[in-house]
Amino acid sequence: MTQPTITSDPDSDGIRLRIAGELVTQSLASVEDDFATYTPDSKNVVLDLTGIESLDTGGAWLVADLAHRVKNAGADVQFLGLTPAQSALIETVSHNIPDKPGSVPDRRSFVDWVASVGAKTVGAWKDTLSVLGFLGLTLHRLVRTIVMPWRLRRAALVSQMEETGFKAIPIVALMGFLIGVVLAFQGATQLKQFGAEIFVVELISISVLRELGILLTAIIVAGRSGSAFTASIGSMKVQEEIDAMRTLGLDPIEVLVIPRVVALLITLPILGFIADIAGLLGGGLMSWIDLGVSPGMFVTRLKENTGIWQLAIGMIKAPFFALVIGVIACWQAMQVKGSAQSVGQRTTASVVQSIFMVIMLDALFSIFFSVMGV
Amino acid sequence: MEGTALQPEASADAQREAVIRVRNLTNQFGPQVVHQDLNLDVWRGEVLGIVGGSGTGKSVLLRTIVGLNKPAAGSIDVLGVDVLNGPEQERRRIERHWGVAFQDGALFSSLTVLQNVMAPLREHTKISESLMQALGSLKISLVGLPQLSCGKFPSELSGGMRKRAALARALALDPEIVFLDEPTAGLDPIGAAAYDELIGELQHALGLTVFMVTHDLDSLYAICDRVAVLAEKRVLVEGPIEEMTKVDHPWVQEYFTGPRARAAQEKGQDR
Repeated sequence: MTQPTITSDPDSDGIRLRIAGELVTQSLASVEDDFATYTPDSKNVVLDLTGIESLDTGGAWLVADLAHRVKNAGADVQFLGLTPAQSALIETVSHNIPDKPGSVPDRRSFVDWVASVGAKTVGAWKDTLSVLGFLGLTLHRLVRTIVMPWRLRRAALVSQMEETGFKAIPIVALMGFLIGVVLAFQGATQLKQFGAEIFVVELISISVLRELGILLTAIIVAGRSGSAFTASIGSMKVQEEIDAMRTLGLDPIEVLVIPRVVALLITLPILGFIADIAGLLGGGLMSWIDLGVSPGMFVTRLKENTGIWQLAIGMIKAPFFALVIGVIACWQAMQVKGSAQSVGQRTTASVVQSIFMVIMLDALFSIFFSVMGV
Repeated sequence: MEGTALQPEASADAQREAVIRVRNLTNQFGPQVVHQDLNLDVWRGEVLGIVGGSGTGKSVLLRTIVGLNKPAAGSIDVLGVDVLNGPEQERRRIERHWGVAFQDGALFSSLTVLQNVMAPLREHTKISESLMQALGSLKISLVGLPQLSCGKFPSELSGGMRKRAALARALALDPEIVFLDEPTAGLDPIGAAAYDELIGELQHALGLTVFMVTHDLDSLYAICDRVAVLAEKRVLVEGPIEEMTKVDHPWVQEYFTGPRARAAQEKGQDR
């Protein structure tokens, strides 16, 4: 590739500017500055392009821009040695040079940052109102479904229960089992120091039944099923399936949201219960191996010192968690706009928000129950 | 360019230089054979329209030529370089000599329109930021988009504008060959006609070779120099569109003599 060159020769009656070589985008870097800084010191400039081997729009832009600036400086410009095709190209390019070229936006300033904080705050408030509205709508349809149970889509409900409940059993059970093991193991090391090994039973049963079993199950379900809800309804939204439903007189809330929320309301308590049992099993096994607490003794102490209330407190929370996960996932799905990218963003947001809300709700329940003295 | 210009063929093709030469191409997805021993030449400076029924592998052919799909057999030369088996370096070099505009634009969604057009310049040249911006906005203006759209993101553009922006990006490096996948699909008739005109103008001004997959009979009559019909897993027939009506094949007959074709033909003659 011949590098392009630009040389200026004083002539008898002006300046002859010789441009030669391959004036194409790929090779402009070397002459770009020479072109940009060129200032004519004569009233007559002849652009001699005879030596140009090839020209593309990038090169034509440089030539057109140069000619334009020379003209603006009050000099006369003449082109020399152009083929018809080249002069047509330069003509086309100079026609199309925008008066006010667009630019890449500058890096964000402090003001932009402040503005974006403001916009986010307003957005968060609007989102809160919108999600509360959606919660109300869902509850209304839920009540209507209870009053008119034949409106419930049973096939959808069963398939959702299989997806969110049945298929989640292995991971939830394994998780519960491991939590039990960890608690027993950690508890044992501490309790041994006081010779109070036997209290490991209460440690495991109360923490698993009351808090950890259901909380961790809800977190797993939020990650597993909440994301699936948002992704599937969200992509339906992108493909205008939701709009199609509305035009056919179908209520998307009733068709899509209710089966999912009801499925969660049914399966989350069951999954939580499975996690509880698995947690007790894991804890019992570990206490037996590590501390020599026999299964018989474990069960006896469990019966004596851990009331049924501990289990009940855990279970009471389950439907609330289910509602929060289902409503947030479906609401996020309904916020999907336009592109596939939006589905991804909303799915992430759905998981983060529902896990956060589940933990916050759990904290509120803890305060409530301790005030109530249970 | 480099002295890789193809030897002109003897006889009738003496004046023509094949910029793309596809030989015995076979494409297969599982048991389904899409192309079998397909041959095709694209001449320098022409606008070639590829037509064919749904599922005849028009887009597959385009994707195979630009290297997005690996064929089961056959050879493809672009500007004298074997793009399937040639040396890696040669193939990388040749990629800069073509531009592809995908059906729905395939613009990078996280970049503005101008940044999209500047992306290939940034990647393949060493020119300064300000010249890059100037050339970027020149290309945007060439494809008939207002400068206002420079700072917009692809999601903020209409379908027709996205197609134009995609063309601007495809033209960023001043390629010799431009591949267009259904450039007028989904555009209103006015927008489609304007886009056809634009392709024609750019092709003349920049001396482009255009490889265009299309369904649009209006485009075929308005700007295509030659048409290649894909059917029966190969290029069934190729030639100027006027000759297509004389081809004795049921699909070709139906396509080029149907009511829509006649209307398009009349429109094409008016131009």
